[in-house]
Amino acid sequence: MADLILRDLVKTYDKTQVLHGISLNVHDGEFVVFVGPSGCGKSTTLRLIAGLEDATSGDIEIGGRVVNNLEPKDRDIAMVFQNYAIYPHMTVRKNIGFGLRSSKKSREEKNKRNEEVADILDMTELLDRKPNQLSGGQRQRVAIGRAMVRDPAVFLFDEPLSNLDAQLRTQMRLEIKKLHQRVGSTIVFVTHDQVEAMTMADRIVIMKDGFIQQVGTPAEVYHKPANTFVARFIGAPSMNMLPGRVNGGAVKLHSGFDIDVGGKLDAGREVLVGVRPEDLHPNEEHAILEGDVSVCEPLGHETLIYVGTGGSEVIAKADGRVPPKVGERVRLSALPENLHVFDAKTGEALV
Amino acid sequence: MAVVEEIRPTTDALLKTKAPKRPANMGQFLRWFFLFLGGIAMVMPIAFMISTSLKWPHEVYNLRLIPEEPTIENYTYVLEDGRFYWWFVNSIIIALITTVCNVIFDSLVGYTLCKFKFPGRYIVFIAILSTLMIPTEMLVIPWYLMSQQFGWLDTYWGIMFPGLMTAFGTFLMKQFFETVPDDFIEAARIDGLNELQIWWTVAMPLVKPALAALAIFVFLGNWTAFIWPLIVTNSVEMYTLPVGLSSFGDEADVQWELIMTGAAISTIPTLIVFLIFQRFIIRGVVMAGLKG
Repeated sequence: MADLILRDLVKTYDKTQVLHGISLNVHDGEFVVFVGPSGCGKSTTLRLIAGLEDATSGDIEIGGRVVNNLEPKDRDIAMVFQNYAIYPHMTVRKNIGFGLRSSKKSREEKNKRNEEVADILDMTELLDRKPNQLSGGQRQRVAIGRAMVRDPAVFLFDEPLSNLDAQLRTQMRLEIKKLHQRVGSTIVFVTHDQVEAMTMADRIVIMKDGFIQQVGTPAEVYHKPANTFVARFIGAPSMNMLPGRVNGGAVKLHSGFDIDVGGKLDAGREVLVGVRPEDLHPNEEHAILEGDVSVCEPLGHETLIYVGTGGSEVIAKADGRVPPKVGERVRLSALPENLHVFDAKTGEALV
Repeated sequence: MAVVEEIRPTTDALLKTKAPKRPANMGQFLRWFFLFLGGIAMVMPIAFMISTSLKWPHEVYNLRLIPEEPTIENYTYVLEDGRFYWWFVNSIIIALITTVCNVIFDSLVGYTLCKFKFPGRYIVFIAILSTLMIPTEMLVIPWYLMSQQFGWLDTYWGIMFPGLMTAFGTFLMKQFFETVPDDFIEAARIDGLNELQIWWTVAMPLVKPALAALAIFVFLGNWTAFIWPLIVTNSVEMYTLPVGLSSFGDEADVQWELIMTGAAISTIPTLIVFLIFQRFIIRGVVMAGLKG
């Protein structure tokens, strides 16, 4: 186990720059999740850490040594791939043991380690099967086993759950988290699924277009998003953005309402007021919006309502038992502490 | 319950129902007819080969499929003739070595061209492919001159060297390695294998069907090769089977019954090779290690 430090990582393919100076400090034993839309550079960052590709500039440090010029096998890392990449012509035992092929341990030690890992992953009885006799979740466990057997300083996971069905994904998510708590190794996990990121991570790294947008605990990125991208990306349904202009101590929304956002802002500044659907409810008092319900999505304990507010549509949450009806005019309110204000031009958080 | 039973017939009931007879379809009839013609065209030469091998010399030009007086005299004659064994062994040695070399070299080059990104690899690939457009007949003279200078005439090496690696095999293997996901190779790289080990222990087992197909092609190609072995060999002991068989008889009197007997015997190894390798030609092996 060891710290992983990225310093100003830049990656350029021909003339296209895909990573623009990524710097990050992953502490020993920490579970860090890289999340972002397709093409944001999260997988590239992981491949640079693994040594499958060379960084154009910048340093990667694992356990106190710069590994830029080391082969993947010498970096003390193990990687789990999206497609599992377990070898179809080998049994589970051989697949798991494959990670130890180049190790200098004795045969007994290697066998013992294989058994240990199989035991931890609860697949001792599957050891003599071939991959085509396993289910998707079991194959993924074999892939994890092959990584674990080497006892690496850093585990790298490249979207390992995206090929599983929803139920299995939830289950594997839990298993990986438990595994981390048990083994305590440093993990870098890449995903495009913000729910995976929120549920598993100690810290989340949100990326877009080759830049880190924000690094923080799940609570931080949810409650204090650094910009509109993070605010919209984390949380589902995503945050409503209401355009307005600063007017004295308040923001005058284009829809006509005045909101006290409780902060000092330059008068006349164009802003976006962000409010999460779960913080926006039908309520006559302290209303910040008014509009007609266009769609209702009952979820049982609550109902999502889509409300047209003069040109734009916002999503709010209403009570599950007595939801408003489609076409009904509703006033929506939110508590001032649940409002986020962003600069309309730069998207940066202001309050 | 009664309703359910009506909707879902039991297995028993299903087994008892007869498939409805469909009226003969003209398109289907034509398809079968042409396939039948094709089948005849394929089988007839083999049938005549076996038939001729069972005939006496005076009956050879009689185009009956069933010989009037069948005999196995030709087989006894050919098998008792010491030369036949020589040719048979020569052909086996040459075809086997060439097949092994092709499987190794073609897949090595194919793998390299497919999985390594180096400048100029496209040019190398095109250069290899372009050799496919040159007919063997054109290459025979340079090969001969080369063999002469190196003293390879009338040797195994002389017969084998032009075919130890083929452009077709390289192309075939490159295309098949394209179907092996890079994840496998990268996973092996992280697991600490060197590039040669990755090729041998990870990539090669994943393209077994292609290797089997290549092995069959190369073996058959060399087993039946005629022009080059004929040119490069001088002594009767160095002949391969096809060359040796053609030497039964001279211009005035070709002993067809003996040639056909030798040809019939020489199909046996090709059948064995095919039976061994065809079971590897099963698609879908590669996919088992990936998402389910």
